[in-house]
Formats: sequence, structure tokens, C-alpha cells
Amino acid sequence: MADLILTQSVLDKTKTEIENALIKAGVNTVLLIDEAGNVVTACKHKTCTLDTTSLAALAAANFGVTAQIAKLIGEDDFSLLFHKGKKDSIHFARINNDLILVTIFGENVSLGLVRLRVAELAKTIEKAFAQIY
Amino acid sequence: MNMALINLSKKEIHCKIVYYGPGRCGKTTNLLYIYNAMNNQARSKMLTIETKGERTLFFDLLPLNLGKINGFNIRIQLYTVPGQIIYKATRKLVLKGVDGMVFVADSLKVRQGKNMESLQDLHDNLLDYNLNTEEIPIILQFNKRDLVPTPIPTLTKEELEIDLNSQLNTKVFEAAAIKGIGVFETLKEISKRTIQYVARKHLSTNH
Repeated sequence: MADLILTQSVLDKTKTEIENALIKAGVNTVLLIDEAGNVVTACKHKTCTLDTTSLAALAAANFGVTAQIAKLIGEDDFSLLFHKGKKDSIHFARINNDLILVTIFGENVSLGLVRLRVAELAKTIEKAFAQIY
Repeated sequence: MNMALINLSKKEIHCKIVYYGPGRCGKTTNLLYIYNAMNNQARSKMLTIETKGERTLFFDLLPLNLGKINGFNIRIQLYTVPGQIIYKATRKLVLKGVDGMVFVADSLKVRQGKNMESLQDLHDNLLDYNLNTEEIPIILQFNKRDLVPTPIPTLTKEELEIDLNSQLNTKVFEAAAIKGIGVFETLKEISKRTIQYVARKHLSTNH
């Protein structure tokens, strides 16, 4: 088992990809977290005062819990989760065995767009991180 | 599965320390005492998911900044697990990516069996992640020592040692977490061991 060591180049590349795919499309916040609940990288608008540490811990726990629910109904895992709020909604997608992409977006962005962009982004991030495992 | 997260771009190391132990042994009390005693710069918000009866349902989380080593900011996240035996699946989830552990034992005589059961549960859960207590730093805290002089039947230090430390063979701290006695001694030691463990693996090599 290895520790996750983030190099500057992988982080920069990932951040740029997230900015281009999601933030520029109007998404409020994107967090890349690991399953232990650590924030790998956070991209958000300057005005956002979100507590990313807590969010990452709870999101990882949330993923863990739904994975257990999945097992109860005979699935291995749910690869994406979506919670709808009145104004803001949150979308979770698994990237690989360790990484989860968390996207928070408002009414101005459609779920379809988020799903499409996240699916593309997941592949790019998976490739970028493949070099450091 | 990853353990410590090392961010070379921000020069940060994130470690996860988990407080483990039977239900009602004082894991959350340890974290609360640390939270209240730390100044605002060092600590972040403490996150607690509790059930109605004061029991930890999922986990408590307390992020701390512990200063710098070799130019790296050390950030530690303290987690507790729900001690009640029925929450086994949750405990296992919280152990994911653990870098250091504190096993909090209850000094009450009636909890003797629960202590041993919980330690065995920890071993089993770690094994599922291919981990063991020989590799990951772990220390013991015998909590509620303030009850020893009272009429409530308690376990002696020797009894607790035989039950819990014959296999672990690790450092023991006596504590009364509710009064803060032994809390920081425990935290200091596990932080030191955890950071040494992570640093030994990485900071000496060139990345």
C-alpha cells in the first residue's frame, strides 16, 4: 500500500482540467478528495467560504455508506451520487479506487452538463494520476 | 488504498489519527478537550455527528495544524469511531487511510470484556485493509482513572496491561479525559509517532 504523493505537475494539470471543464461552465465548487477524506485539490470561486475539510470527510463517509448499501442490494458500488437541493445541488463521482470528484452547482447549471463534463474529466484525471501511483 | 497525503505543491502532509475503543469509553471526550484547549489558529471546526443519546453515530473529526517539519506543514485529522458494536461497518470505513491510532480503554470493571472485544474488532478491521498494529503506530490510553479512588469497581493498571497490552507492547497513558488529564500527553505521543512513521517513509527520499 502506498501513500499518495501529489506532485506539482499532476496537481497543476488536474486543476487546469477542472477549471476548464466545470468552473468555466458555471459550477460553484469542485473538490477532488480521496477515500480517507483528504482534500486532494479544491477549485472554487473566490467568494466561496465552504468548509472543505468537513465536506471532504463527510463526502468520503457518504460514499463509503452508499457502497455498503450497494452491497446489500447486490451491487459492488454506486459510481455516482447526486443530492438535489433547493438552490444548490451536489454530485459525487468515483474516479478510481481512491479518488472521488465532488461537484457543487446551482440552478444555472444543468445536471446533464455536469454529468457529461464529469464523465470526461474523470478519464483525464485518472490518466494524470496513473503516473503517480 | 492511500494513507498519508503528501502535497508537494503546497508543502503539506495530511495524516489521519483514529481514536478507537469501546462505546462510552471517552473518545469524543478526548477530542472535545483538545478542541477546547487549542487556540483558533491551530484548530479548525470540530465536526460531530451524534445520535440523540450523546453517542457518536458516525465519527467526530477535529483537524489540527501542528507546525512545520523540513518546510512541510503538518496537518493532522483526529477521528473517532462509534464504539457501539453494531456500528462495525462504520468503524471500518473510518479506519480507511489511517496513519496512527489511539486505543482508549475504559477503566470500569464492568467494561473489561468490551475493551478486549473492541481491540479484537480493531485487529479484524485492520486486517481487512491488510494492515496491522505492528506497522501502524498505536498507543494505549487507560481512561477514567479518576474513578479509581471512588467506590465504583475499576480495573488496575496491571489488569488492563494484561488484557490489552500483552500483544501490542506499546506505550500507555493513564487519563481522565473529562478533566483533561493525560489527553495532551496521549496526543503528543501519537502525533510524534505518526509523523515519524510517515516521514521515515518519505521525507528522507527525494521526491
